[in-house]
Order: sequence, then structure tokens, then C-alpha cells
Amino acid sequence: MSLLDKLDAVAAARKALLPEGLEVFGTPIEEVYSATEARIGDRRILFLGTNNYLGLTFAPECLRAAHEAIDREGTGTTGSRMANGSYSGHRALEREFAEFYHCQSGIVFTTGYQANLAMISGLAGAGDVVLIDGDSHASVYDGCRLSGAEIIRFRHNDVSDMEKRLKRLGERSKSTLIVAEGIYSMLGDQAPLAEIVRVKNAYNSILLLDEAHSLGVLGETGQGLAEETGLTDGVDFITGTFSKSLGSIGGYCVSNHPQLDQLRYISRPYIFTASPSPATIASTRAALKLLRDGTELRRQLWQNSRQLYARLDGLGYQLGPQPGPVIANILDSPQQALMLWKGLLDHGIYVNLILPPAAPEGKALVRCSVSAAHTSEQMDHVGDVFAELRKSIFQ
Amino acid sequence: MSTDYNNILSRLCFHLKQLSSPDMVIVPETDLINELAIDSVKLLSLVMEIEDEFDISVSLNALADIQTVHELANLIYQIKSQNK
Repeated sequence: MSLLDKLDAVAAARKALLPEGLEVFGTPIEEVYSATEARIGDRRILFLGTNNYLGLTFAPECLRAAHEAIDREGTGTTGSRMANGSYSGHRALEREFAEFYHCQSGIVFTTGYQANLAMISGLAGAGDVVLIDGDSHASVYDGCRLSGAEIIRFRHNDVSDMEKRLKRLGERSKSTLIVAEGIYSMLGDQAPLAEIVRVKNAYNSILLLDEAHSLGVLGETGQGLAEETGLTDGVDFITGTFSKSLGSIGGYCVSNHPQLDQLRYISRPYIFTASPSPATIASTRAALKLLRDGTELRRQLWQNSRQLYARLDGLGYQLGPQPGPVIANILDSPQQALMLWKGLLDHGIYVNLILPPAAPEGKALVRCSVSAAHTSEQMDHVGDVFAELRKSIFQ
Repeated sequence: MSTDYNNILSRLCFHLKQLSSPDMVIVPETDLINELAIDSVKLLSLVMEIEDEFDISVSLNALADIQTVHELANLIYQIKSQNK
């Protein structure tokens, strides 16, 4: 099969699965009115698929900081951190992340995807092992591939399965990097961190925790699952993203291991890319302050999340195992998921559709992401629409 | 190939039978993707079952080159042999 034939096969598979004329993936958003509302086509819609957990994308402090940074430093750095792209703002944000986590040092990356790519490929190499949860994000899988290390999966959130694999490795468990996530993006469930830390210590491995979906969501000051469970000291490296609770784009890693800084000299995803723009860094710094002091935002986020989860659960939808801002509706077939997704959009509610093989266990997902900026009335309305659609989808 | 290999092949065929149509004849040369239509998600689930049964860990790196039933059985055989 030629290179282009392969792409034709992808197009044919998409065509077989998705109705003609429906832009399910990459739906064009014409105008954005607020953290929770936008226009698709000629319809005003409620955003219920963004990862804008704290609703900070229009926070006046962040907008002002970004505007000032553009005026002061221009639209982009046009260079990598290794060359001309390390501005005072990048270094300040790294210090602020380290202080936020009470860690020795921090590194900022251009995207959250690159943070995992850079950390995993920088820490592990040929001859080492990376032990990952089966439901890991693509950035974890891709970081593993880039590392050249041996990649071994354990069953999702199954610590006894993880331990079994560490045991089989024998002495090699000491050169093993374990990767887990604070909140998993597909089903919205949390990692059993206390058990993972206990096992990782027993086998002298290294643990990297990705707090992409848990930053701003869990913990008293919003650090994530490590703070929520009081286990920050048990985690070797914490990564995360700016593109969810912080409302911009970028990634970070913090650690108490002094070796973290050495990754700046060996990690290709850090070295060979342009650094984040001044506006991005400035708005992220402002957002990090709001996140840290965002107790009320977290209270509202969890109230909204529990309200919607309870309503959908009561309606009989099959959901992810625990309430949280990521509420996954699990459907048996792509056709059912597509009907639900389209039905919600027709009622002015925009959510994420996840089809096999991206969805776990061959199922399809309609994934809602709740924000602190949503109102209780909006959650009620969403619940009403789900109730109405249930009759036609499961008839 | 030793009896161990034949035993692995037999158990592997048993697991594959659960994932394929009842009239499908599975032989060592059977192509996992093109003939049995096993996608990457199903293959990874199958591998986890096999890992439990034979008390081994199969890396994703090694799986990338596997196409046929024989190649998968041989991979398991080699990992088991290394662990002895």
C-alpha cells in the first residue's frame, strides 16, 4: 500500500463511521462569547466539552497580563529556550511553579503534550523500562516511544497488576519509570495514588504523575491529586498543562530531584521547539495566582460536577466510576454515541465525542467537561436535554 | 519447536477463538489483523490475558512487529524461555 493509499483508507474508515456533512471532529467554532458560550454555525451553544475547569479564559487579570506582555515583548519569542527564547517571564513562571508545589525546581514547556514527551524521553532510555497505566494519554505513549525504553502496560488503576509487573522485572525495577495520571481524561477517575506510591517505594522505582486534569481541581490550593492525598513528597516528578485550568497553552514539570534541570540539555521536545509566547506566559502567571487562591472556584466546580453526575446517573446513563469535572457517558456503539452527541448539539450543547479505538475497551464515549463558570441552572438544563434524548437513543 | 511452544500455541489459539467468528480456522500462519480482524485495543486485552496465564510481561515494543499467530506464540515462548 502506498503512502497516500494509507490516507485514503483512513478517509474511507471515517466515511463509513460518520454521516456525510457532519463535522464531528474539529467542529468550527465561529465566535466565542465567554468561558461557557460560543456560536457554532448560526446556533448559540453551551460549551460542555472544554477543559476550562476554572473558567479562567476570560478572567480580566489574565487578559490584562496577556495584553501588556504583547505590548512589551511582542507576539512571539521566535526561538527555543536553548537559544533566544528564555525571557524573564519563562524563568519567573518556572520559579512560581516550583514555589507553588514547594519543590526545588520547575521547567516550563511549550505544550502539555511536550511536557510528558520531554520528561519521559529525558528520564528513560534504551535498557530502561516505562511502566504505564493502560488508559494513559497519548502524550505518555508517545513519550515512551521517543525514549526507546521498554514499554509495559498495567491494567487501568490496578495496582496489584502494576506490582506483578514490577516483580517480574526483578532488579530492573530500579531503572523503571512508573507513569500515572491524577485524573484520567477518558473516564474522569482518579489514580489510587497512595497504593502506587507504596509499591513504587517498595521496588525503588521512579514515579511521574501527570496532573493535567487535576491541576486546579483537586487539593486545597489546587495542586492536584498529590496535594489532595497528602502525597506530594512521594511523587518524583509532577507534570501538567496550562491548557485546562490555567486557560492558556503550555506545560510544566516540578520536582525535588536536582537532576531535573539537566533535562534542559538532553530532552529533545524541550530543546527543539520555540518557547511559549510572552502573552501565554503572562496570562498563565496571572491564572496560577487565581488558581492557587481559587477555593471558591473549586467549590463551584465540584458542586456543578456532582449535580450533573448525579442527574445523569439517576437517568440511567452508564458513567465513569466517580464524580468529577470529566463526566464520561459510556455507550455500547459508535452509532449511539453519535446520536447523543448530535442530539445535544441540536439542543445547543457542545460536548466531546470519542470513538473506538480512542475510547477504552472498544466502547464509545460522550464526554462532558464541567466548569466553575457554569451555573446550576445550566447543569439543570443539560440534565433535561439528556433526559429527553435518552428515550430516542435507547428505545 | 518444543512442547512448550506447542502448549503456548494451543492456549493462544484458544484465546483467539473467543475473539473470532465460530467458523474461523486459526492456524499458525493466520494474520491477526487482516484475517482475524483483531484491532489494537483487542490485541492489547488479549496480551494481558496471556501475560496472566504465562506469568510474563510483553512489552509494547515487541508487539509492534507481530503479525501472525505463530509470531505471537514465538514471542511468548522466547520471553518465557528468558525468564527460566
